Amino acid sequence: MADSKPRTLFDKVWDAHVVEQLSDGTCVLYIDRHLVHEVTSPQAFEGLRLAGRKVRRPDATIAVADHNIPTEGRANGIKEEDSRIQVETLERNVVEFGVPYFPIMSPQQGIVHIIGPEQGISLPGMTIVCGDSHTSTHGAMGSLAFGIGTSEVEHVLATQTLLQNRAKNMLVRVDGVLPVGCTAKDIVLAIIGIIGTAGGTGHVIEFAGPAIRALDMAGRMTVCNMSIEAGARAGMIAPDETTFAYVRGKPYAPKGEALEQAIDWWRSLPADAGAVYDKTVVLDAATLAPMVTWGTNPEAVVAVTATVPDPAAEPDEAKRAQLARMVEYMGLVPGQKMTDLTIDVVFIGSCTNGRIEDIRAAAAIAKGRHVAAGVRAMVVPGSGIVRDQAEAEGLDKILLAAGFEWREPGCSMCLGMNPDKLTPGQRCASTSNRNFEGRQGPGGRTHLVSPAMAAAAAVTGRITDVRELG
Amino acid sequence: MDKFTTLTGVAAPLPMANVDTDKIIPARFLKTIKRTGLGVHLFDTLRFDADGAERPEFVLNQGPYRKAEILIAHENFGCGSSREHAPWALLDFGIRCVIAPDFADIFHNNTFKNGILPIRLPRAVCDQLMEDARQGDNARLTIDLAEQVVVRPNGERIRFEIDPFRKHLLLNGLDDISQTLQHAPSIDNYEARQVQEKSWMPGISV
Ligand code: SF4
Repeated sequence: MADSKPRTLFDKVWDAHVVEQLSDGTCVLYIDRHLVHEVTSPQAFEGLRLAGRKVRRPDATIAVADHNIPTEGRANGIKEEDSRIQVETLERNVVEFGVPYFPIMSPQQGIVHIIGPEQGISLPGMTIVCGDSHTSTHGAMGSLAFGIGTSEVEHVLATQTLLQNRAKNMLVRVDGVLPVGCTAKDIVLAIIGIIGTAGGTGHVIEFAGPAIRALDMAGRMTVCNMSIEAGARAGMIAPDETTFAYVRGKPYAPKGEALEQAIDWWRSLPADAGAVYDKTVVLDAATLAPMVTWGTNPEAVVAVTATVPDPAAEPDEAKRAQLARMVEYMGLVPGQKMTDLTIDVVFIGSCTNGRIEDIRAAAAIAKGRHVAAGVRAMVVPGSGIVRDQAEAEGLDKILLAAGFEWREPGCSMCLGMNPDKLTPGQRCASTSNRNFEGRQGPGGRTHLVSPAMAAAAAVTGRITDVRELG
Repeated sequence: MDKFTTLTGVAAPLPMANVDTDKIIPARFLKTIKRTGLGVHLFDTLRFDADGAERPEFVLNQGPYRKAEILIAHENFGCGSSREHAPWALLDFGIRCVIAPDFADIFHNNTFKNGILPIRLPRAVCDQLMEDARQGDNARLTIDLAEQVVVRPNGERIRFEIDPFRKHLLLNGLDDISQTLQHAPSIDNYEARQVQEKSWMPGISV
């Protein structure tokens, strides 16, 4: 039986959700929470409609529009017609199928991966899916959370299950204490730099070790958020007292006796002693520096103190060509110091770093300083709740006084589906998660960094080691 | 979904690793509420310049490859976002099979749901097929799913592995939802058990 052998966190959550195992090992896996947004759902609802099917568990589903809504002047409606049609389509679908929805003018609206934990909709031990790869974020709660395609969105809407093969277990243990100036973002960028963008393929990564335990929930979400950039199916962190304290009092979380019952179960989820992982990677947090990506995938990352790598030094021909293309696309010179790169735009936000803790970190750097001449710096809170909280703390005033833009919540320049885009050749220090060619707008050049590093870049006008600003 | 049995066609060589879904279909083309019509934007930035003119050096803009039905690439194909618009764009262009050393998980899953066959073969074999593909129209590849082989123009048969359940669905053009609904009684039982054992789990309503 499954419980005779020591199990990992992933094993336990998986086992608790297997409805049926088919003869070839494929499992019908039960899904506790399904988050739906405007971009990957229209074709799924259309599929249901054509087949005459209903949503099986509207009470396990939540919808929100985030990807292509404007982050300015939202009350006046959405100007871009195709974006407006997608949002209106979602609004029609949630009414027709009875799915709970946070309207775009409500404070609960925000990026789907911010609002799940914030509302207590995403809880430990759950299976959570969404038609978006960064669903891995919710794994910070100690849940199994992963992104799915639109056909699978339709599958979950119709059956509340997915057909899945069990992933392998990978352990990433981060020992030691994180140095001053380094954050969860630097941990996860460093990990991707080590294991590569396909290092986690086929695996669910469990992040563990003292440096992970020491992170608050926001930091844990940042780490799990980017596990997909290492190719992993999901990232998870075992629930602990930090998790339980975070859950307490969240609007949709269980309360009172029900919460205590839930916590009893959640305490049983961490890996058993002797549980076996298919792969293990160990990292010492004490050796880290603030990180910054130089190329066009998140694995192309260096410490801020380093220089642009020289593709000529790469022995493998295909890799050499790829590195050379990155250097060219990014407009770099091999050997150039990262801190010599001047930037045009700063973007602080996204499901990676759009939480209140991130905005506090940016404001701490911005306070008493000013955005450098010629730089456009925008701060986009991850949800209406984050925005309200930041305003209650006066962070908006600090940022505005320093010359930052203070905008309405959404995905914004993380993927440039709304009007917030880079123009060709513009260089951007961004707290988002992807630096692919054209991700933030055609021809745009993205350097991924932490919120403090992004704010530092804004006030100096170049990539800057935040530790030098003190 | 269309069945996938055998396919003989032109293969386009795309010797790139880490072809991400933003490359396959940039985010600005995701604002559709339909599955079709995305083929014209497939590989948009590689295929067209800023003014929308074709880049002649890109493989899909060249003679026989305009009708390619097979794509051959390097490691980690389809990494990045979960957008099913990536396989929709490939399919709409006419690609029914992608061959690479390995694929990103979500993309791999998404191809099957759309009747596209992803084939994993070792890098050295992919490089051989890449050479075949460079001969364009003169070197068609044949994929036989039932037999699980890729047949090279010289007649060599290369075996590939595929999950038996996925193979069954592809060969018969079956969609997953009707398969899963055959297990509806188990799902009912699971839910009944969950109501008992996880009574703490709240429902969502707004
Ligand atoms: S913030 Fe960016 S990565 Fe996150 S859900 Fe939105 S578009 Fe995707």
